[in-house]
Amino acid sequence: MAPKINIKQLNLFYGDKQALFNVSLTLPAFQTTALIGPSGCGKSSFLRCLNRMNDIIPNIHLEGQVLLEGQDIYAPSVDVVALRTRVGMVFQKPNPFPRSIYENVAYGPRIHSLFKTKAQLDNIVENSLIRAGLWGEVKDRLSQPATRLSGGQQQRLCIARAIAVNPEVILMDEPCSALDPIATAKVEELIDELREKFTIVIVTHNLQQAARVSQQTAFFHSGYLVEAGETGALFTMPEDERTQGYITGRYG
Amino acid sequence: MRSLFLERIVHIFLLICALAAIIVTIGIVVSLIGEAFRFFARVSIFDFLFGLTWAPHTLSTGEAKGFGIIPLFIGTALITLIAMIVAVPCGTLVAIYLSEYASSSTRQILKPLLETLAGIPTLVYGFFAATTLAPFLKNFAEFFHISLSSESALNAGLVMGIMILPYMSSLAEDALHHLPFNLREGSMGLGATSSETILRVLLPAAFPNLMAAFLLSLSRAIGETMIVVMAAGLSANLTFNPLSAVTTVTVQIVNLLTGDQEFDNAKTLAAFGLGFVLFILTLFLNILALYGIKRYKRIYG
Repeated sequence: MAPKINIKQLNLFYGDKQALFNVSLTLPAFQTTALIGPSGCGKSSFLRCLNRMNDIIPNIHLEGQVLLEGQDIYAPSVDVVALRTRVGMVFQKPNPFPRSIYENVAYGPRIHSLFKTKAQLDNIVENSLIRAGLWGEVKDRLSQPATRLSGGQQQRLCIARAIAVNPEVILMDEPCSALDPIATAKVEELIDELREKFTIVIVTHNLQQAARVSQQTAFFHSGYLVEAGETGALFTMPEDERTQGYITGRYG
Repeated sequence: MRSLFLERIVHIFLLICALAAIIVTIGIVVSLIGEAFRFFARVSIFDFLFGLTWAPHTLSTGEAKGFGIIPLFIGTALITLIAMIVAVPCGTLVAIYLSEYASSSTRQILKPLLETLAGIPTLVYGFFAATTLAPFLKNFAEFFHISLSSESALNAGLVMGIMILPYMSSLAEDALHHLPFNLREGSMGLGATSSETILRVLLPAAFPNLMAAFLLSLSRAIGETMIVVMAAGLSANLTFNPLSAVTTVTVQIVNLLTGDQEFDNAKTLAAFGLGFVLFILTLFLNILALYGIKRYKRIYG
């Protein structure tokens, strides 16, 4: 599989504190990569390096390269706004804007002027909601506030919102941690379907979830990438003792 | 047993504290209404509310004349409008800068400075209006061959705007700063710039609280007296011209009650009539605002 993102020798510092050490990883296109590891291991920080969401945080410093289809996203000439339309993000806690369901999905297309007529925008909104598996539940109440949806619906709305700008990669930061098991199952199913069109990176604390949705898994520990490989292999025959310890529940 | 008994005592004590505030409020309203009715026994409420001349005096026949409050309310509205035109946009922009653009070190210097500005007595603002801004405005107007008296609605309104600005910006800054960080992340994650995030996500999300900030500022402007006395004068002109001298409801209340006077004639009682109308007006504004905010919250949760 062709690599979508290539991370080379990535080091990340928050002020004086180093959060990531020499991380190198390849993310294949149209596959889901799961990032696992104990809390504070750097997996979320790593995820946020992939669309420069860390830029918002002051006193951050980064070394190494993140290549999106061969182009370094930290090169001075890179437009962060354009980058984030190519690499979208879904967050841990569903964060719909306090506006209508329709306006939430239309937000990205509006700021990037991705349509010419109202009919085209309607179309983008409908397709995004269909792909996020939410259309049937909301098609009769698109003008209602998004905040009145259930947690699981809100998270799928956030996925629809991310899809609406037609990204190439979708980053998900523990997208199911605030959801009940039924909503979680729906989102997992969705992740599997989305893989046809998008490259997905998901941070998760739920090892079964990593095993269910991903093709590749990377195990982080104390800021180091300990081990990465095909999901089935990593879970059945981990090479590193720390990986073995984590997946068998001995620590973490 | 013992702790339950103590809980009951605490409960009752707290209830009394809460009731005290309510009882005092009711007391104020009742006394205001009582005095206002004594006034309306002497001057017809119709003449009072719709009269176009404010020059309170009593004829030798005992008839009270010149109690039309329209000029006072127009004056209040004019000065308040000018003050809000200064304070609301500037205050909101300052809040946006402090909350979204300023570095934390800049914020730590600017915010206390602004709050100091909010603590300056309004009398001092009045001095500033009368001794600094008034001559400046006068010279400025003369340059364009416009005559401007040293007392004007513009002068009072501008200074009142400056007075309210830190108050408005502090409240608006709180409204923006308390929005969940994940709203900003959600918008940035979709490739929005800071200004797009502010305009399309943060300001709408903070709208109910910004509205509350606006209304608190508005009631301060309506209630402000000192600046108007010093900068806009006492003459009750019926005009919409910001360059002329006007007076306001609160200034006239002070004016009517200054000096040792018995509350037995139409002139002193008129102060209660004015206070009553002002009270009804601000109450109406507040109810309207609360209803609006509630409606907005119901729609956008």
